Amino acid sequence: MKAFSLLFMGFLTFFVISASNPKLDKAPSFNDSIDQLRPESSSEARNTAGLFPTNEEEKNKSLLAFDVILKVLKDPRCINCHPTDDRPRQGDDQHLHLFNVRRGKTNQGGPIQFCSGCHGDDNNVYSGVPGAPHWGLAPKSMGWLGLSDYEIGQKFISKSSNGQRSPEALAKHMTEDALVLWGWNPGENRKPVQVPFEEFKKAVADWLDNGAHVPSK
Amino acid sequence: MKSKINFTINGKQTSVEVNLEMPLLWVIRDELNLKGTKFGCGRAMCGACSVHVDGELVRSCSFAIKRAQGKSITTIEGLSESEENLHPIQQAWIDENVLQCGYCQTGFMMAGAKLIEEFSDPTDEDIKANISNICRCGTHPRIISAIKRAASLKKSNS
Repeated sequence: MKAFSLLFMGFLTFFVISASNPKLDKAPSFNDSIDQLRPESSSEARNTAGLFPTNEEEKNKSLLAFDVILKVLKDPRCINCHPTDDRPRQGDDQHLHLFNVRRGKTNQGGPIQFCSGCHGDDNNVYSGVPGAPHWGLAPKSMGWLGLSDYEIGQKFISKSSNGQRSPEALAKHMTEDALVLWGWNPGENRKPVQVPFEEFKKAVADWLDNGAHVPSK
Repeated sequence: MKSKINFTINGKQTSVEVNLEMPLLWVIRDELNLKGTKFGCGRAMCGACSVHVDGELVRSCSFAIKRAQGKSITTIEGLSESEENLHPIQQAWIDENVLQCGYCQTGFMMAGAKLIEEFSDPTDEDIKANISNICRCGTHPRIISAIKRAASLKKSNS
């Protein structure tokens, strides 16, 4: 009877760990999409809590992966349009956008000069003006410029500031959104995001699969 | 490769068969022979090429013609219905004798026309903050006066 109880507890423990730890279900592959990497079993827990239970080793893996993600978030190609104020930035020196361009009511400029007045859905081969679908500023709640890694992490993970995105939705946005992907195809005379895209994609998958942790204070 | 693009310009339905990446500015000037819109820098920096596309201010040197499909474009030639019935911005430009060399002025007028739609009583700051065109002759003080006059004319006309 004692042996049977121990066996039952063993099965129960294995079941609980398996359900909460996607790495036991499937190891992430370099070429997998984020959706493929996302285990169905942990989806609900992540969507409600943002994080899911992990051990220290996994937490450290997730934080290391987030360091790579932070490099991308803070790259001029990304953060220039994630200001904490109402002025987009330009260039690697992150100077204020010329022409007194401002956020406007819709994050698309205005009331006279809108982003679309110069920026199209792709890089302009004649003027050199960069372009990608839905070109514009990130909402002010998603502003990161000048913030610490901790502050960026908190804004990044919090649904109240990240556009109600779950960690999975963040991963999808970062690896599939056309405007984000523009960072690796910024056109002539602009440096692409300094972290190679495949490295970034793997970091996003590792971050997600190991608990979607962000730095603490 | 050339493709056909259909749009309305100054109220007239038009189609052109051009490279889809060609700037709207080139189509306006070279295909449609409307010379009022000027080439300044070609980098969307100076605003000399400003036109309206579906009512929005656009720098036509940085607007690929493929984006014009189905749109309504207004150039300086279409800002008023006739010379007898000028747009307030055109009348104000004459009244304030704004021009010096004149090259950049049509771009300023298109920007000014858009501004007085949004600001019924624009201040100096409203104008400086929202119009970023460049005039090498330095006519900016007269431009500001003319835009204020145009706003006043627009109000008295309505």
